[in-house]
Amino acid sequence: MSFTVAKQSLSGWGRYKPQECAVYRPERRSELFSLLDSGAPRPFIPRGLGRSYGDAAVNPEGSVIDMTRQNNMIRFDPETGLLECEGGVSLAEILEAFIDRGYFLPVTPGTKFVTVAGAVANDVHGKNHHCDGSFSRFVESMDVWTPARGILTCSDSENSDIFQATVGGAGLTGVILKVRLRLRRVESAYVKVDYQRCNHLDAALETMAASDKNYLYSVAWVDCLASKESLGRSVLMRGNHALASELPSKLSKNPYRLPRRPTLAVPVDFPGFALNRWSIHAFNTLFYATNKDTRAKIVDYDKFFYPLDGILRWNRMYGKKGFIQYQATFPFSERAGLVQMLERLAQAKRASFLVVLKCFGEAGSGMLSYPMPGYTLALDIPNRPGLEEFTRELDRILLDHGGRLYLAKDALTAPETFAAMYPNLDAFREMRRSLDPENVLRSTMSRRLHLDK
Amino acid sequence: MNASSGKSVVILGATSGVARSIARRFGALGYAVGLAGRDREELEILAADVRARCAVACAILPFDATAFETHADFLDQCAQVLGELPGGVVLCFGYMADQALAQKDFEVARRTIDTNLTGAISILERFAAAYEARGNGFIAALTSVAGDRGRKMNYIYGAAKAGLTAYLQGLRNRLHASGVRVTTIKPGFMDTPMTYGMSLPGPLIASPEAAAKAMVDKITRGKDTAYVPFFWRYIMWIIKSIPERQFKKMSV
Repeated sequence: MSFTVAKQSLSGWGRYKPQECAVYRPERRSELFSLLDSGAPRPFIPRGLGRSYGDAAVNPEGSVIDMTRQNNMIRFDPETGLLECEGGVSLAEILEAFIDRGYFLPVTPGTKFVTVAGAVANDVHGKNHHCDGSFSRFVESMDVWTPARGILTCSDSENSDIFQATVGGAGLTGVILKVRLRLRRVESAYVKVDYQRCNHLDAALETMAASDKNYLYSVAWVDCLASKESLGRSVLMRGNHALASELPSKLSKNPYRLPRRPTLAVPVDFPGFALNRWSIHAFNTLFYATNKDTRAKIVDYDKFFYPLDGILRWNRMYGKKGFIQYQATFPFSERAGLVQMLERLAQAKRASFLVVLKCFGEAGSGMLSYPMPGYTLALDIPNRPGLEEFTRELDRILLDHGGRLYLAKDALTAPETFAAMYPNLDAFREMRRSLDPENVLRSTMSRRLHLDK
Repeated sequence: MNASSGKSVVILGATSGVARSIARRFGALGYAVGLAGRDREELEILAADVRARCAVACAILPFDATAFETHADFLDQCAQVLGELPGGVVLCFGYMADQALAQKDFEVARRTIDTNLTGAISILERFAAAYEARGNGFIAALTSVAGDRGRKMNYIYGAAKAGLTAYLQGLRNRLHASGVRVTTIKPGFMDTPMTYGMSLPGPLIASPEAAAKAMVDKITRGKDTAYVPFFWRYIMWIIKSIPERQFKKMSV
């Protein structure tokens, strides 16, 4: 078989430092296997919808295998909610197919335009992490193609070490072919949300600690430009799936029907100056001022979970040079670190809007899985001169307080920094060596962080 | 499997580019779906997908566009696996070879004509006869904007698709009185294996899902002819209106 290759300039969603890659896109399953066995120049890395922010699915040497056409569903059991599907199925497709039948995703990140395999490879978390843990908790089992050992089925009980290396493993242990995922039963497509303003970080954290347990979903939006007595002022957005009986009569006839809304797109790159400290300051101030405390507001899932998905290619707002996303987690005992980071951000005025704060629950079993109990903060930083020095500073604060960074967001950190944050890194490398001794799977990220050592 | 309780459709060439998205779209609208093609293994994968995704019945059928002698039995097989003769048929198969190769090697040219035109006429005539007798049904086929005007880049493929377009026009005219609808779909560039790796202007390329949604919408509404995406009507109007004495000097 011969395969068409496309030369594409690839980056993560942050569009930070794109690289020229040779990309294959198998349509049929038989084509995928031919590519994996010998057709695709090695080393290669599988790529889904390209929503991880950094260099996890970029590989200018060898090739990249675009998995988005490997998106067949295989079977669904309406009794148990167990869905078996190929790795390239997107979360958006799952929602579209199953919300009518009363099923929702068990865990969802802030975009539905990710593949199931991408969700596993980054062990993504959602607003319900404090209750439910991360995505891999709902993966009953999966089939992974590995270079040295062929196709393996793994789960928390079968080949559990391979499972633990693969969840959060950034695609470096193998290609995730099939996933068996437990969906969540819901009574409607709506969430009942309480909005609450807190005028300082302390108030926000206290409120979360006191009452997050009443909500399946909890997240806070933080004005990272506010400082001093307003440091960390936030709008808490917390909610639960709405029961059919809780919907207004207009919606309760069709509890799974979403309101129609137009999809917008950012048609071109914004000029670099469009997002500056004044426009962002104005946005943040306005957002805080207009979000009055509201209780039990009924919001559809698209609006609650995926506010940015309504604007296609929103990453163009940051202009041609792109941006990075920085996500930091501090253990609960290290609140001082969180304060120090917020103070640094407020002072530097580099971060953009969309700073999100959340409390994580228990860690999962993945060797490189990101979540651990503590406070997590996620923010966009536009690419301007001095970016690397600035993130090194943030890294330092994190290291000093026993915190860690998220591979799905990272584009810049140093290998020693990463190693100091992930105590199971050596176990991961050892597992990886047994599955891929010849380094068939590599990416710009694996080279940068020495994950494939 | 029994489709007699509701709507049903059979997709010819179900493993090709946009066809799988068309099958999923019909499934989402509640149609029982028959998937016909040559790659049995891939058809099984697609059928499982339609069943899981859409909670509708879905069966597979062996079908080869150029095995003309097998076409006589195909409708019976459809009726067998779908419980009855399907409500409609959508022809998605096609074959586009490299133009230079087709110029050099007549076998390639013949295969282009045989698949795109002869095969289509062979199988659609049988559906036409059955639907005419039954007094209802729909027939849709994917032709190509390449059939709107012959160009040096792909005129053998274009000739076959132009033939198919004319065939569908006549068929529509013939079946109008019997209440059978015939829809001609003219796809522009879609993000399928046919265009993968070509350097085409991004905004002109439709995703298979979006294209399939538009096509199924046109088919179920019984449109006569539809360009997908719609703006190809205007692009082709411009291309068709260039005088031949100019056109022959151009490279488009």
